[in-house]
Amino acid sequence: MPEILTYSFMQRAFIAGIMVALICPSIGIFIVLRRLSMIGDTLSHVALAGVAAGMLGGFYPVYSALIFSVLAALGIEKLRKAYKDYAELSIAIVLSAGIGVATILISLGSGNAAIFGYLFGSIALVSEGDILLVVFLSLFILASILFLYRGLFYITFDEETAALSGVPVKGLNLYFIILIAVTIAVSMRIVGILLVSSLMIVPVATSLQIAKSFKSAWLYSLVFGLIAVLTGLTTSFYADLAPGGTIVVSSIGILLVVVTLKSFKQSFTIAKSTKSAKVESLEK
Amino acid sequence: MSFQYDTVPVLKDAQLTICDGDFMGIVGPNGSAKSTLVKLLLGLLKPQQGEISIMGQPIEAFKDWQKIGYISQKVRNFNVGFPATVEEIIAANLYYEMGFFKFLRKKHHEKIDRALEIVNMTDYKKRLIGTLSGGEQQRVFIARTLISNPKVIFMDEPLVGVDIASQDKFYTLMDKLNREMGITLIMVSHDLGVITEHTNRVACLGNQEVFTHDSKTFNQEEYIKSVYGEKAKLLHHRH
Repeated sequence: MPEILTYSFMQRAFIAGIMVALICPSIGIFIVLRRLSMIGDTLSHVALAGVAAGMLGGFYPVYSALIFSVLAALGIEKLRKAYKDYAELSIAIVLSAGIGVATILISLGSGNAAIFGYLFGSIALVSEGDILLVVFLSLFILASILFLYRGLFYITFDEETAALSGVPVKGLNLYFIILIAVTIAVSMRIVGILLVSSLMIVPVATSLQIAKSFKSAWLYSLVFGLIAVLTGLTTSFYADLAPGGTIVVSSIGILLVVVTLKSFKQSFTIAKSTKSAKVESLEK
Repeated sequence: MSFQYDTVPVLKDAQLTICDGDFMGIVGPNGSAKSTLVKLLLGLLKPQQGEISIMGQPIEAFKDWQKIGYISQKVRNFNVGFPATVEEIIAANLYYEMGFFKFLRKKHHEKIDRALEIVNMTDYKKRLIGTLSGGEQQRVFIARTLISNPKVIFMDEPLVGVDIASQDKFYTLMDKLNREMGITLIMVSHDLGVITEHTNRVACLGNQEVFTHDSKTFNQEEYIKSVYGEKAKLLHHRH
């Protein structure tokens, strides 16, 4: 067994990391394609307020973050109806509220060092109790996505026609935004509040470069998410860096590699077709 | 029925009957409530006064929406980079038929193939939707509608951004759906000349009213004058 896996805290970090690598892009693909990239950031800032409230009140911060972000998700849906023509405004309002409340609660408390771990992720933070919660909630999120895949796909592509075809659009939208909130609460231990939305977005952005179908975009984003988390956690262990940073930088690295390989392939294909066109014209 | 947006009335005591087997064109100047009328008929908007019935039932009680197809004006407004194949997009409309776990079974794959065959797009099944031309995309959306075996299809300006050659193919397909398959078609269009050539009836919107004409006896000059004023003239292209 490699040395890194002999430590029980690293075993827990890898289990939690793999779960996070599977759920973040699974939620992220629908967020990106619906052009709601800001929603992840918004709910994670509210989760930060939840963590600060938990520390201040002496509750388990993951639970308070979960409650805060689910309530914020419901608030966004409610505000979206009030600002029908400015859908993004509801997200901006909740983002401001989240940062405001978080700032007040953090300045009221004294445990700023502990907040740091939640902001940027920490391997040592994942306790045995956490693992059970992370695994349970992650399996619940994955099962929900698998079960609702067709409906979410239809809404993402064409909400109006989906509603006419019998897809319960309102209910699914509400359920989905709650899933985003749960994903953030689950992922913040490993990736950190500030970077959780990056893990939702970047592997999906990479997969969109090469995907040949929606299904393949999803599967590629899972693969890229997994590579980023495994590389990031390993680097974090050996270089003693915050895992959130190493995971996100790894996923950006994968994006750059894929974009570079793709442009090489394209220029190679163009060169090949120009050459064959030249040969053809010479033969004539 | 009458309908208004906030305080702006757009339809006043409007009456319209669409018969089984019709190919009806809905025409009218910009802002004459063509799209609003279609949305009212689909139950997406509710009239403030009057009533709408579909297949003999009041629209509020109508449940059989699978029999009604709709291709909206915004259907091709999707992001061209959207990673979905033609097959995935058509399969989405089988949502209601897929059962609890939403798995695609053999019979669903056969349905997709049949719908693609009708619109002559079988070879495009695995292609990404964003890589197709406007006309090809339109055919895919027609196939998506056909997969739920609709009795009626509403189309809102389906030919915007579609080239002339594809428009001819589109009307050939419409004739096939209407005459061979017996599907009632309702199509909003701003192209008066072409729509009257292909449809059997025309509903003209203007001045918050709806008038229905037989396409063969529809007088375009008269219609233009009644909507745009006596000085308006119908000019034909020379090319």
